[in-house]
Amino acid sequence: MKIATETVQIGLEWDSRTGSVTVPIYQTATFRHPGLGQSTGYDYSRSGNPTRETLEKGIARLDGGARGCAYSSGMAAISSLMFLFKSGDHLIVTEDLYGGTCRLFDKLFSQYGLSFSYVDTSDAATVEAAITPTTKALFVETLTNPLLKFADLPALSVLCRSHNLLLIADNTFLTPYLFRPLDFGADITVYSATKYLAGHNDTVAGLTVIKDPQLAEQVYYHHNAAGAVLGPQDSWLTIRGMKTLSVRLDRQQENAQKLAEWLQRHPRIASVCYPGLADHPGHDLMQRDARGFGAMIAFEVAEPELVEQVLLKTGLISFAESLGGVESLITFPEVQTHADIPVAVRQRLGINNRLLRLSVGIEDVDDLIEDLRQALEGDTTA
Amino acid sequence: MKRATQLIHGGPTIDQQTGAMGVPIYQISTYRQTSVDHFGKYDYARGDNPTREAVQTTVATLEGGNGCLAFSSGMAAISTTLMIFSPGDHLVVCDDVYGGAYRVLATVFSRMGIESTFVDATDLDAIAAAIKPNTKGLYLETPSNPLLKVTDLRGAAALAKRHGLITLVDNTFMTPYLQRPLELGCDIVLHSGTKFLNGHSDVICGFAVTADQGLYDRIRYLQNAFGTGLGPQDSYLTLRGIKTLKVRMEESQRSTQKIVAWLQSHPSVIAVHYPGLETHPGYAIQQAQSDGPGAVFSFELDSFESTRKLLENSRLAAFAVSLGGVESIISYPARMSHASVPPAERLRKGITDTLVRLSVGLEDPEDLMADMAAALEG
Repeated sequence: MKIATETVQIGLEWDSRTGSVTVPIYQTATFRHPGLGQSTGYDYSRSGNPTRETLEKGIARLDGGARGCAYSSGMAAISSLMFLFKSGDHLIVTEDLYGGTCRLFDKLFSQYGLSFSYVDTSDAATVEAAITPTTKALFVETLTNPLLKFADLPALSVLCRSHNLLLIADNTFLTPYLFRPLDFGADITVYSATKYLAGHNDTVAGLTVIKDPQLAEQVYYHHNAAGAVLGPQDSWLTIRGMKTLSVRLDRQQENAQKLAEWLQRHPRIASVCYPGLADHPGHDLMQRDARGFGAMIAFEVAEPELVEQVLLKTGLISFAESLGGVESLITFPEVQTHADIPVAVRQRLGINNRLLRLSVGIEDVDDLIEDLRQALEGDTTA
Repeated sequence: MKRATQLIHGGPTIDQQTGAMGVPIYQISTYRQTSVDHFGKYDYARGDNPTREAVQTTVATLEGGNGCLAFSSGMAAISTTLMIFSPGDHLVVCDDVYGGAYRVLATVFSRMGIESTFVDATDLDAIAAAIKPNTKGLYLETPSNPLLKVTDLRGAAALAKRHGLITLVDNTFMTPYLQRPLELGCDIVLHSGTKFLNGHSDVICGFAVTADQGLYDRIRYLQNAFGTGLGPQDSYLTLRGIKTLKVRMEESQRSTQKIVAWLQSHPSVIAVHYPGLETHPGYAIQQAQSDGPGAVFSFELDSFESTRKLLENSRLAAFAVSLGGVESIISYPARMSHASVPPAERLRKGITDTLVRLSVGLEDPEDLMADMAAALEG
C-alpha cells in the first residue's frame, strides 16, 4: 500500500463495535481486568492506551518498523532513547543538530557519563574518523536543521554495521511520506510529530519507530518506565493530522520550490539553501533516495538589519518557533532554535546573524511571495 | 483562603480576554512573536502552555509551594525530578516505594550512576543509618503503597536537613487536601495526578511541587529540556477534577471507615492495614501530620482461594490497576503495582499473594460491602 493510502487508513478498522471510521479517544487511566492473571491487553494507560496505540501502530507501518512509541514531545522521544545507553558510551551526532537535542546531549546526558562528538554526518568519511572503541551509536538528522544537509544513509548504515553501531535517524523534516530511514539501514527513526506529522501547529508530540523487535522491547521498557507518554487527545489529533500528510506536503513542497527560486532572484537575498535547487550539495542524493525535498528553506539576507525588518513586517508568515504546520512560520535560528549551540560552532556552520529559516505552509504561494516581498523591500503600502 | 475554596479559585480560572469561567484549552504548539530581542512569555508549548500553567498554579497553591510543574505521567514527574541528582549521588528511599518508582531507580538511574538504598522509613534511625557521605536525597511515600506504613515527615525532613539532603515526598495517596509535606519541612512534593487529584480515572498526569525557587528552576529546566510536560486537554481535565477533590475525598474517606470496620469482622480477613485504625502503628503520627487517613487501604485474606474469589467476582469495585477515582478499584499489588519488584524482595516487604488493595470511590458503601460479601462467598 502507498503511504498516502496508509495514512488515511490509520485507525479505520479499529472500532468493530460501532464501525466508527476513526479511533475513539480513550480518555481513561486504567482498564478493568476480566480475571486474575488475565488482561484485555490494556492494563494502565501509561503502559498502553488504545488511542495512543493506534498512532503507534500507524507510524510503525508507515516507517516499516516492528513497533512505534508515542511521547509527550519530540525531546521526550529522544531522551527516552538515550536511556538505551550507559555511562561511558560515546555517540556521534550531526553537527548542526536542533538546539533542543544539543541541549539534551551536552547539558544533561553528558553529566551522566555519555559523550558526544559533533561531525558533518552528510560526509561518511568524517563520521568514520570519529568512531572510537566506546562508540555505540550514530545519531543523524536525515535533513538537518537549519542548514538542510542530507545524510547518505546507505553509506552511513554500512559504516554502522561494520562497527556495530546503532543508527538513529531524526526524520522530522522529511516524514515517511518523503523518506523512510529504516529502508536505508537505520535502526530507529525518531520524530518531533509536532511538526509535519501532526501538521497543524496545535499538538506537541514525539514518536519513535524501531526496526528490530528485540530492540523495540527495550525502547518500550523505557517508554513505560520513565512515563513520558502522549495523552489520548494529542494522540488522536496527531492521527487526524497524519491523514492529510500527503496533500499537505505536496502543496508545501510545491510552494517551497517556487519560493526558493523567487528568493534566489531577489537582490536583498545573499544566499538560499533549499535541496530542491540544483546547486544544493544534497540535491542529487535526495533525488536518488527521497521522494521530495521537503518544505524548509534557509536563506541569508544581504544585511543583518534586514533580519528584524523581515521578521516583524511579514504578516501572513508568523514569526514563531516550530515548523511543518499548515501555516507558514519564520524563525531566526541564531537566537531561537539554535541558541544552545556554542557560538564558535554556530559560526563555523553558518548559523549567523543574517540567516533565517522559513517553514512553508499551504497558503497560496503568490500571497506568501508578496508577504516576503513587502517585508524585504519595506513597502508600507502592502 | 480555605482549602475547599482554593480548589475552585486557586489558579487563574477566569479567562481575562473573554470572561469565560474556565481556562481555555490552548491546543497549540507555538506562539507568534513580536520582537526579535525579547520573546514573549510564551514561545513554544513544550516549555509553556497557559492551560498547563493554570493547573500548575492551582496545585502549587494547594500544596503551599512556590511553584509546580505538570508532567505527562506520575512517573515522568518522578523521573524528570530525579534528574536533579548527579552521577555518584546516593539516595535513601522508603522500602515499599511504588513499584514504578522502584523500577526507574533500580534499572534506569542505577545505570546512570545514581545509587539507592531502600530502608524502612517508619524508623528514623534506619534512615539515619543509611545516610552516607554522598547521600543527597531522601525519597518518601506516606502512607506507603500498599501497606499504608506511616513515616514521620517532620522528623524525617529535620533529619534530612541536618545532613543537607533534599527530601522528596510522593503525596499521591493523601493529596494536599489531607496532607501538605512542604509545611512539614520537606522540599519537593511529587504526585501521580492520575489518582485522587484528577479523580476520574480518565487522565494520566503527574506533578512536582517545590518549596524554593532554586529547585523549581532546576526542575522546570529539565521539564522543558526533556519535554515531559502535560498536554493541554489533560491539563484541563485535571483542573476540572481538582474542583471536586474535597467532596470526593471526604465521601470516599467516610465510606472507607465503614468498609474497614466491616472487613475487620469478616471471617475471611486476617488483617487490615489502614492508618485510620487506632491499632495501626502509625495512627498517632498520621493524626498529627495529616487531616485524615485517606481512602486507600489494604487487607490480608485467609487464603489464595479467597483472594481469587474476591478479585474475580467483585462487580462494583473494578479489578484494575490505579486508584483514587470516583470508581472503586480493587487491585492485587503482588501482580500489579509491585510486579516490577523481585519476588523475594516483595515478600520481605510483606506484599504477599493474599494481600489486596482497595481504593474506595463514590459508590454507596452499603452496595460495596454487599458486593464484596457476595464475591467472597463465590
